[in-house]
Amino acid sequence: MSRIHIRGGHVVDPACGLNEPRDVYVGDGRILAIGEAPASFVADETLAAEGQIVAPGLVDGAARLREPGASRKGGIVPEARAAATGGITTLVYPPDTRPVMDTPSVVELVHSRCQAAGAARVQPLGALTRELEGAYLAEMAALRDAGCVAVSDGGHPVADTLILRRAIDYAATFALPVMLTPEDPTLAEGGRVHEGETATRLGLPGQPSATETAAVGRILALVEESGTPVHLGRLSTARAAEMVAAAQRAQLPVTADVAIHQLFLTEHDCDAYNTEALVRPPLRTAADRDGLRRAVAEGTISAICSDHQPHDPDAKACPFADSETGLSGVDTFLALALRLVDEGLLSLPEAIHRVSLGPARALGLSAGTLRPGSAADVAIIDPRAAWRVTPESLRSRGRNTPFIGWDLAGRATATLVGGRVAHPGNEAESSRRQS
Amino acid sequence: MSVQLDPQGQLRHLISTEGLPRELLTRILDTAESFSGVLGKSVKKVPLLRGRTIVNLFFEPSTRTRTTFELAAQRLSADVLNIDVATSSTSKGENLLDMLRNLEAMQCDAFVVRHADSGAAEFIARNVAPGVSVINAGDGRHAHPTQALLDAFTIRRHKGPLEPLTIAIVGDILHSRVARSQIHALLGLGAGEVRVIAPRTLLPRAIEHLGVQVYEDMDAGLEGADVVMMLRLQHERMQGALLPSEGEFFSRYGLTEQRLEGSHPEAIVMHPGPVNRGVELDPRVADGPRSVILRQVTNGIAVRMAVMSIVLGGQGEAPTEPLEEVAN
Repeated sequence: MSRIHIRGGHVVDPACGLNEPRDVYVGDGRILAIGEAPASFVADETLAAEGQIVAPGLVDGAARLREPGASRKGGIVPEARAAATGGITTLVYPPDTRPVMDTPSVVELVHSRCQAAGAARVQPLGALTRELEGAYLAEMAALRDAGCVAVSDGGHPVADTLILRRAIDYAATFALPVMLTPEDPTLAEGGRVHEGETATRLGLPGQPSATETAAVGRILALVEESGTPVHLGRLSTARAAEMVAAAQRAQLPVTADVAIHQLFLTEHDCDAYNTEALVRPPLRTAADRDGLRRAVAEGTISAICSDHQPHDPDAKACPFADSETGLSGVDTFLALALRLVDEGLLSLPEAIHRVSLGPARALGLSAGTLRPGSAADVAIIDPRAAWRVTPESLRSRGRNTPFIGWDLAGRATATLVGGRVAHPGNEAESSRRQS
Repeated sequence: MSVQLDPQGQLRHLISTEGLPRELLTRILDTAESFSGVLGKSVKKVPLLRGRTIVNLFFEPSTRTRTTFELAAQRLSADVLNIDVATSSTSKGENLLDMLRNLEAMQCDAFVVRHADSGAAEFIARNVAPGVSVINAGDGRHAHPTQALLDAFTIRRHKGPLEPLTIAIVGDILHSRVARSQIHALLGLGAGEVRVIAPRTLLPRAIEHLGVQVYEDMDAGLEGADVVMMLRLQHERMQGALLPSEGEFFSRYGLTEQRLEGSHPEAIVMHPGPVNRGVELDPRVADGPRSVILRQVTNGIAVRMAVMSIVLGGQGEAPTEPLEEVAN
C-alpha cells in the first residue's frame, strides 16, 4: 500500500484539537504522523494541499443506498462513489432495505458490494426488530458478528413501548448503539408536512410537532429508567432539541443528530407543492430551524447527517400525496456544512466535528479523526471552490434535491479511504497529483 | 400561485382563488353576470367556444359538479368529453404524466380536473402542453375555485358589494376545499370580515394566517353576520374521534331558525350541496326564505361559463343576444 504525503494543508482534527497548517503522512492504510515525517518515510506520492483543509473524512450518519431493493433509485457502488467525491468516507446505512437488514446475509451482501465500490465505507445498521415490524427482536448478536455497527428501527418506529424497552435493553447487552426514529406513529396520521400555515394553505394533512416530542418523551423515559444509551436520528423540532439538552444535563446517555437540510429550509419550501422538499421528518417552522441551529452550535445535537435518499425521477414527478419522501444529499453535504461556517453558526473545527467525529462517536465508530494510528480516512477540501447545484452537478444517481439553483462553496479535491485515494478517480488523478 | 397567470397577467388556468388580483375576480363575476342573461333566453347557447374541446377529467366521482361544467361548456358551444378515471387505475403505479400525454394527443383545449389529492390540479397545470388550460373542479382539501366564485357571485347578487359584509363559514373547515377557496375569494374581493366557525377538531392549525376570524362558539360567530355559508359534514368524521356524533354536532353547530336570529335580520344562508338535512342544516332553514341554495346551483353554470371563456381566450363580454342559432 502506497505512502502518501499530504503537503501544506490546514489540518482540522477536532479529536486532537488541531486547527493549523501541518503535513500529514499516510502509510499502510493509516495515519502515520502529523507534522514531522516519520523516520525513513519516503512518499510514493504527494498530494499538494496548499490553501486547502485537511480533515477527517466525513461520516454521514444516515444514507439510503437503495440496494438491495430499489436499484432504479441508487445502488451501493454509485452512491458510495458519489459520497467519496463529496468528501464522505463513511456512510451509515439504515436497515430498511428490501429485504430488511435483519439477517447476516443482507449485511454480507452490503459489505461485499461496498468492497467492490472501492469508495466510501458503508456501515450497515442492523434491524432492531424482525422485518422492522416492531413485534419480535432481530438476532442482534448475529448482526453484530456480521459487521453491523449499531441497530436501528430504520424509520419504522416501534409502536409498542414494552417491545421498544426490551429491544433497546437487549441491544445494550451486546454493546450495540441504538438509533431510533423519534416519531409517534399514531400522531403522524398520514401527515407528511408540518401542521402549520403551509399545510393549511395547501390543504395537506399536517404532522404536529407533538409527533416528535411525544416520541422523544417516551424514549427518554425508557433511557432514564434503564440507563441504556440511545441515539435519536433526525430531529426536526426546537422543542425536541430542548428536551434532549435537558436530558443531557441530567447525564442521560442520549445523543441526537439532524439532517442538514433542516438547518436551511422550512415548511415554506413545500409551497406550491414542491415535492423536492417533501422529507421525513417534515420541514417545520423558521423557529424550529433556528432552534435546531442553536442546538447544533451548543453541541446538544452532536451530529449532522445528509439523510441521503436518492430517487428515480418518477418518485417526485407526481401530485404531492403520491410523491415519495427524501432528498439526495451526499453531493451537497460538505458544502452545506461549510456554509454553516460562512454564516457564522459554527467555527470550522465545530463544523468538521459535527460531520465526522460527532456522528462517529454517537454510533461507536472509530472513524472521524486523523490521530496517528487511525485509519487514513481523509478529506482534502477546497473551501472556496464555488459551484452551483444543478442536476448535472450531482454524482449521486438521485437528482432529487430542493437545493437546485443554490450557489455553494466547498468541494473535496481528494478523498482517502483507508489510505487509498478514492477520489479523484483515475482519469483526473494524473493532473491532480504531483510526485 | 403564478402558475395560473401568464406573463401578461391573464388567467391561463384556474387552480385556486388564492392570490388572484381583485380586478380579475371582479371580471369573472361581471362576465358571469352577462352570461346569466343568456341563460334566461329560450336559446341558451352562444358560439364563443365553437370548435374547442373541453375534457372533464374526473378522478373522483361527482355527478353534480361534472354536470354543471358540462352544461356550461355546451352553452358555450364547446365539444365536451367526459373521462371518469376509475379509482383502481389511479393507484400509485399509474403514471399521471403518461395519461396526460395521451389525452393531449387528442388535441383538447382544456381539462376540467377533479382529484382526491391536494395539489393534483396544479401538478397537471404545470405539466400540460402550452396552450392547454386547466380548470380545477376540486383537489383534495386544497381548492374548489369555481364553487367559491359562484358563492361570491351569489352573495354579490343578493347583498351587493362585499366591503361592508360580515360572512361566516361554518362546519368542517379542516377537510374543506370549498372553505379555503371561499376565504381567498371573499377576502380577494374585499369582504369586510370573514369568520370561520367550527369545533377545534375541525379547524386547521394557523387558519388565522389566511386572514379570517376564528370562532369556536356558533352563536358568537353568527352575531351580526350578513351571510352564513354552511359546509357539508362527511359522515366519516365520527371515525378518528373528530366528533362524537352527528346529533351533538347539530346541537352545537347546526343552523336552526333560532340560531339564525342572532345574525343580521336579512342574512342569507348558503350551502355548496348536497345538504345533510338535520346534520348541518335544519330543513326549515334549508327550505326557508333566507336560503339561496338553489340559486347557487343556477349561478354555478354562468360562473363556469365565465371561467371557461376567460381561460380559453374568448374574454370579451358575452353577447346580449345569441349571435346565431347553433346546431349541436
